[in-house]
Amino acid sequence: MQQLADSLLQTGFLQGVPTEAGYALVIAFFAFVLLNFIMLIAGVTSWLERRVWARIQSRVGPNRVGPQGVIQWLADGIKNIMKEDIVPAEADRPLFKAAPYLAMMGFFATFAVIPFGDGLVVADLNVGVLYITAVTALVVVGILMAGWASNNKWALLGGIRSAAQIISYEIPAGIAVITVVLFTGSLSMQTIIRAQGWAPWDWFLFANPFLCIASFIFFVSALAEGNRTPFDLPEAESELVAGAFTEYSGLRNLLFFLVEWGNLYVIGALYTTMFLGGWQIPPITEQPVIQGALQFATFFAKSYFLVFVAMWIRGTLPRVRVDQLMTLCWKYLVPITFANLIGAMIWFVLFPNGLAIMRFAMFALGVAVTIYFFSRILFHLRRARPRLRLNPIS
Amino acid sequence: MNFDLANVLVFLLLGAITAGLMLGLGWLLRPSNPEPKKLTTYECGEPPSGSAWINFNIRFYLIALVFVIFDVEVAFVYPVAVAFRQFVLDGRGLVAFLELFVFVGILFAGLIYVWAKRDLEWLKRVGQPG
Repeated sequence: MQQLADSLLQTGFLQGVPTEAGYALVIAFFAFVLLNFIMLIAGVTSWLERRVWARIQSRVGPNRVGPQGVIQWLADGIKNIMKEDIVPAEADRPLFKAAPYLAMMGFFATFAVIPFGDGLVVADLNVGVLYITAVTALVVVGILMAGWASNNKWALLGGIRSAAQIISYEIPAGIAVITVVLFTGSLSMQTIIRAQGWAPWDWFLFANPFLCIASFIFFVSALAEGNRTPFDLPEAESELVAGAFTEYSGLRNLLFFLVEWGNLYVIGALYTTMFLGGWQIPPITEQPVIQGALQFATFFAKSYFLVFVAMWIRGTLPRVRVDQLMTLCWKYLVPITFANLIGAMIWFVLFPNGLAIMRFAMFALGVAVTIYFFSRILFHLRRARPRLRLNPIS
Repeated sequence: MNFDLANVLVFLLLGAITAGLMLGLGWLLRPSNPEPKKLTTYECGEPPSGSAWINFNIRFYLIALVFVIFDVEVAFVYPVAVAFRQFVLDGRGLVAFLELFVFVGILFAGLIYVWAKRDLEWLKRVGQPG
C-alpha cells in the first residue's frame, strides 16, 4: 500500500502534494472505500441469510423492498435509526453506551489486514494472523460489557456465557492457525497466501492430512467464536430472550448484529487465506488492473461461499447445550488439535518440501467426497419429487 | 512499517467513529419519550426482583483460568512455529521438534490433570470428589 501511495505522489494525480498529506489522503480514501465495503457486506449478508433460511425452511423470506428484497437491509437500518433509544434506569449508563463501540472497533480493525488481492491489502503486517486474533478479542469485551452493564439477569447470563465460549474456542482456533504457520514460517497474510498456489492441489487444505484436520477444527472454532449456530448460546432466543443484547434497542442493538454478520465474512476471509489459496489465480492478463480485479473476485467468491456454508449450517443444525459446548471444546477439539500439531511437526520434519502424491491423493479424495455429496442430494431430490406431485399441499 | 501502523490505528478509530456517526444521526432523528415504566429492567413483564449484579457461577472462573494458561502457551508457541520452518530447512528439524514437543507435552499433561480433577465438567456437583 505504501508503494501505491509513493507512486501516486511521484507520478499520479497527487503530484506536488506534501508527503504526509498525501499519505493521509491515501489512508483516508482506502478507509472510506473499505467502510462502504464492510457496510455493504454486513447488510447484504443479513438479507441473504434470511432468504437462504427461508428457502431451507420452505418459506419466501423478505422480498418486498427492491427486486427480490435486495435493499431490505437498508430499510431495516433506516427503521432502526428512527427507533427510540432506551437505556434502562438501573443500568450502568457509561458502560452500557460504550459496549457497541468496543465491538465495532474490534470488528473494523480486522479488515486492515485482510488481503483482497496481490497488492490489495491495507496493511500487510508481519504479525497479521496474530493481530486478527488479538483485535477480535475486543468483541468479547464488548459483549461481556453489554451483558454486565444492562443489570439484567438474561443479559448477564448471556454475556458471561459468551465470554466463556469465545475464550474456550480461541485455544483450538489458535493452535489450528499455528499448524498453518509451521508450514509457512510467517504470520503475514500475504506470505501465507503466496506459500500456496492457484491450483486446488496446491492449497493448504489438501497439502497433507494434518492441515486438512486443522482446517475443519478452525472452521468449527471460528463459528463458535462468531457466536453462530450451532453455538449461538449467547443470544439463545428460546432460553435467554436475546442474551447479552436483551436491554438494547434500535440502533445500538443493530450495531451488535452488524458486527455478527460482518464477522461471518471475516471468518470466510481468514479461512480462504489460510486454506483455500486466497486470491491466487493463474496469470491471465498483463493488465495489472484486470488481474487485480480477477484476484479480488476470486477471493470474494471463495470467502462468500464459506459465508453461505455458515448460513446453511444455521438453517440445518439445532443449538447445542452449554455443557455439550464445553465438552466439545475441551475434551475433543483441544486434545485433537494438540495431537494434530505434533503430527504436523513430524510430517514437516520428514517431508520438508511436501509430498506431491499425498497432495494429489487428498485432492482426489476431496473431489470424490464432493461428487458423493451431490449424488446424495440428487437422489433425495428425485425421491421427493413424485411425492410432491401426488400431494402438493404437504 | 509506520505507514502500516498508521493504517491500523485509523481502522481501529474508524469503527468507533462509524458507530458514533450512526448514533449521532439517530440522536437527531429519533423520538425520546422516557417514562418510568419504559425504563424498568426487562424481566418477562414482571417487576424485576433485585439487582442482576450478583455472584455468578464459579465454573466461569475455572474456564477463564484454564484459558489463561493455554492462551499464554499458544502465544509462546507462535514465535517457535515461525522459526520452525527455518530450523527444518537448515537440517536441525529434530532439535526444534523435540523442543516444541516437550513444551506442548508438559501443557498436555496439565490438560490431563485438569481433566482428572473434573474441572472440565460443566455439571460439577458440590461435594463431589476431586
